[in-house]
Amino acid sequence: MSFLKVQDIHHTYFTKASATTALSNISFTVEEGEFVSLLGPSGCGKTTLLSIISSLLKATEGSVLLKNKPVSTSKNEIGYMLQQDYLFPWKTIEENILLGLKLSKRLNTKTKTYALNLLKQMGLNGGVEKQLPKQLSGGMRQRVALVRTLATEPKLLMLDEPFSALDYQTKLKLEDLVSHTLKEFHKTAILVTHDIGEAIAMSDRVFLLSTRPGTIHKIFEIPDVLRNLSPFEVRNHEAYPAVFQAIWKELESLEQENE
Amino acid sequence: MNKKMSNVQLLHRNYLKSLKIEKRWVMLYQIIIFLIFFGSWELFAQKQWIDPLIFSSPSKILELLITKIQDGSLLTNLGVTLTETVFGFILGTLLGTLLAAILWWSPMISKVLDPYLVILNAMPKVALGPVLIVAMGPGYPSIIAMGAIISVIITTIVVYTSFKEVDPNYLKVLQTFGATRYECFKEAILPASFPTIISTLKVNVGLSWVGVIVGEFLVSSKGLGYMIIYGFQVFNFTLVFLSLLVIAVFATIMYQLVDLLEKKLIKE
Repeated sequence: MSFLKVQDIHHTYFTKASATTALSNISFTVEEGEFVSLLGPSGCGKTTLLSIISSLLKATEGSVLLKNKPVSTSKNEIGYMLQQDYLFPWKTIEENILLGLKLSKRLNTKTKTYALNLLKQMGLNGGVEKQLPKQLSGGMRQRVALVRTLATEPKLLMLDEPFSALDYQTKLKLEDLVSHTLKEFHKTAILVTHDIGEAIAMSDRVFLLSTRPGTIHKIFEIPDVLRNLSPFEVRNHEAYPAVFQAIWKELESLEQENE
Repeated sequence: MNKKMSNVQLLHRNYLKSLKIEKRWVMLYQIIIFLIFFGSWELFAQKQWIDPLIFSSPSKILELLITKIQDGSLLTNLGVTLTETVFGFILGTLLGTLLAAILWWSPMISKVLDPYLVILNAMPKVALGPVLIVAMGPGYPSIIAMGAIISVIITTIVVYTSFKEVDPNYLKVLQTFGATRYECFKEAILPASFPTIISTLKVNVGLSWVGVIVGEFLVSSKGLGYMIIYGFQVFNFTLVFLSLLVIAVFATIMYQLVDLLEKKLIKE
């Protein structure tokens, strides 16, 4: 039994002018504790797929099972992190990170302490919780957003290009932090990205999506030597360029097919 | 190093000083305009260059102000008008926001009501005055209704637009936590629209005064609007100008209070 099972997903967007098939014939499974990346050009339906898995969007066809139950019934098992932090600017950091617990009516002394401890583990202490988001830097805010997502203790994490709005240095540091945190808590995660390096550095497997309609073109298994390293170490490992080249070639061939 | 520091401090001090001087000049010009306006008004009226019967004069208005304060009639009328305006303005804003919330809640209702909102917005609401007065009786309720009705539709439209413009990603965040539509409204839509609601308050201050004054014209029993219409009928334009000046002062005070509220609520 797989942790997450995505079966025959098709999705079509309807507008007055047209019906666009965004995803077609998507099936895959993810094991518990695994880190999977969805890599592909923009417009290949990566975010649509994430929204379907987290049951924010209902697929036209197909099903998503989390521990053999449909995802629509498994509330609070899935956490979602967006491209930008989307912290509520009028709420303090503390109110922001406790939001998920408050909404799912699980806010008590124990869960609150857990959330505040998470904040400390992310290197955010010294009265940060009483501040407003605009007083924090971009990297700090994205870390707060991660705490907000983890505070409800989701089993599965959706990361929708969470590092794309950050500067390069912050991005590398955050990759390490997220990767370390997810491994420590033994979380399963699906990362959407268009950055090949990021996909290799963070994942156990990389799914390459083709565009219009989005299908799984190829699955790359990341070599074992790279899996247990931190993302930063992976980028500097001797095995890294070969994997990068392989994925790069495949992406090139995809582009040519489309032209 | 120390020398550099003191140099920067000196420059900063000079900068602050120049700001202060500029502020003083602005104030000086403002005072000059004020004095020229009232001074020439008084002068022209004294010399009979303008018809003192129609345009009155600052000294006569001041005189009348003192008598009206002494016999208590100004305060009574002012109290009436202020009460009506404040209630009309609060009611208009609250009802408008409530309507906007209903429209946001149900896209179906908003689609159905769309043409009616356009018509109601385009229609001059004060034209409803006679109907309101006959229906609710000539007194507080009908005049407060006038003050509210004039601002309610425009508030609805502006606030609803701001509800719709809230970044959908905030809602996505809430939905991933399983928030209901009510929770989405409470946690994201309403707080994100607070700045817009406050700025409609500012517009509504002015609108409510219009509604209430016209209402008092029609009812003609008490209030500053009544003072204006009475002054007009007995050709006492000093009374008309006095009421106008009092309205100007209190409308400004109300506007400033809303401005203060804005600064308190939106900590930026």
